[in-house]
Amino acid sequence: MADPEDTTATSVNEPLDLVRLSLDEVVFVKLRGDRELKGRLHAYDSHCNLVLGDVEETIYFLDDDDPDEENIKTMKKQSEMLFVRGDSVVLISPQAPS
Amino acid sequence: MSASNGVADAKDPSGFLSEIIGAPVTVKLNSGVVYKGELQSVDGYMNIALEQTKEYVNGKMRKNYGDAFVRGNNVMYISADP
Repeated sequence: MADPEDTTATSVNEPLDLVRLSLDEVVFVKLRGDRELKGRLHAYDSHCNLVLGDVEETIYFLDDDDPDEENIKTMKKQSEMLFVRGDSVVLISPQAPS
Repeated sequence: MSASNGVADAKDPSGFLSEIIGAPVTVKLNSGVVYKGELQSVDGYMNIALEQTKEYVNGKMRKNYGDAFVRGNNVMYISADP
């Protein structure tokens, strides 16, 4: 009878609704390991597994020659389509951060 | 039935969370990153939706998100701002 997820006792709105509203929109995704993605959200599930299209991946890393916190380098990668395993997802935002 | 714990309304942790829906909160992740924003919703996994979110890394404001979904496994604590 009762929905097992009914114990959450929050509002009608649940956090994943925010992700659902971003379907077919460009989203910003923060991943573990200082990586970020920007791409069009084609699909997602409750584990936060994601399918993104036209993706730009940004990887942040410290330069080995200059291991100064202030000197963070970035590397960009483009992908046509990407499946992201949910366990590496930290944050999903519907629009690009400012 | 339940033992008195000195808190009238928020009898358990999820009761506390549902009470602070809509309030400004601080969310700290295991990585040390802090998010401040208005708590839109929380679910049983402690997934969180925030509005007007500011991201702080090492105490410095880094980014602004209109809305943000935070996956629950990364959460260390959720604090209602005074």
